Amino acid sequence: MNGVHDMGGMHGFGPVVREENEPLFHAEWEARVRAMQGATVGRFFNLDEFRYGIEQMDPAHYLRSSYFERWLATIEYNLVQKGVVTSAELDARTELLRQQPDADLPAPGSVESPWRTAESFPRPDLPDLTPRFAAGDAVVTRNQHPIGHTRLPRYARGKRGVIHLVHGPEVFADTNAHGLGPNPQIVYSVRFDARELWGDAADPGGTLNIDLWESYLEPAPG
Amino acid sequence: MQYDPEQEPYVALRTKALESLLIEKGLITPEAVDAQISRYEQDIGPLRGAQIVARAWRDPDFKERLLQDGAKALAEFDVPSSAPLVVVENTPDEHNIVVCTLCSCYPWYVLGLPPTWYKDFAYRSRAVIEPRAVLRDFGLELDESVTIRVWDSSADQRYMVLPECPEGVAHLTEDELAALITRDAMIGVAKVQAPAQSVAAN
Repeated sequence: MNGVHDMGGMHGFGPVVREENEPLFHAEWEARVRAMQGATVGRFFNLDEFRYGIEQMDPAHYLRSSYFERWLATIEYNLVQKGVVTSAELDARTELLRQQPDADLPAPGSVESPWRTAESFPRPDLPDLTPRFAAGDAVVTRNQHPIGHTRLPRYARGKRGVIHLVHGPEVFADTNAHGLGPNPQIVYSVRFDARELWGDAADPGGTLNIDLWESYLEPAPG
Repeated sequence: MQYDPEQEPYVALRTKALESLLIEKGLITPEAVDAQISRYEQDIGPLRGAQIVARAWRDPDFKERLLQDGAKALAEFDVPSSAPLVVVENTPDEHNIVVCTLCSCYPWYVLGLPPTWYKDFAYRSRAVIEPRAVLRDFGLELDESVTIRVWDSSADQRYMVLPECPEGVAHLTEDELAALITRDAMIGVAKVQAPAQSVAAN
């Protein structure tokens, strides 16, 4: 979707500000959100659904939110979508804790299947696929604007590039984010001249590589 | 546009509410959340990446394997890779810089938790359109003749930069070398500096 998350090339966000000696987390709740992401992704929803949930935020809310606020928003969105929690019980619990920070909460439920704590997400077995393109092939990205999740950034649509690396098959984010299956495709690292993307103001010789699924690409015309 | 800190008390409450509901439903335990957090605090950090870079500087065969297939080479360090890793090499003529414009994909398993600036809108929006100016924000002024190569990680691959080895470090051990290598250098927004005394010795 043409959302505010698709930020490549936007102006107006100011300089990059680097914080010296930055702590791992700026508040306790950030760490707990980080851990809850590990406890829910790959279990109740997949990583593509997680990303799409962030894209579903109201654009003004997205821009006002810190990184871990956006994570909280999508964990909540996805858990509600999957029926794990309801918005009503979450609202009620939030209100209870606002009024009584030390409220007695219901006893913990019995944990039947402890969640995994591994960093890695389980990866499905992917079939061998025959790549349509080889390194060095000239390609052009499709000029397409799907309303759902996609990993073809707006700034790279309808642009000519060259296949730089053939990565191999990967789950297709555009369908996997919507419960439409993994539909694996070959992913390529496609190299673009900076000037193809940004015009004459870009560095001559500068390049951008973007990882793109095969269905985003067409052979470049002569 | 800046994030609004006035939302924070509400977000902290909402986080607590969500966690308490998941605990009540028997889906997570507070101990497991605590254990996960202490792993971030103790186990993961850019040190892994730095050790890998130091090894690559000292061992040309390892460097070749690393550039060929990053995740496979990581197995030699007992690093459990959770995604394919592409390592891109900086040279005097080419400078690589890594970004994720759509979200904030980052090679967690070699560099630890990403810094806030990497996830901020300024970096995500500008690194692709004006990388040279972004590098200046970090105090890195590259010669006009240096080609800048930007990597926007949009799929499963994660990217790490193999920085240039500074001059005057031949006497250092691999561990001492690793101590010089910063997270920022492995994202591509800084160079690795030789220790002050080595510079003086030159």
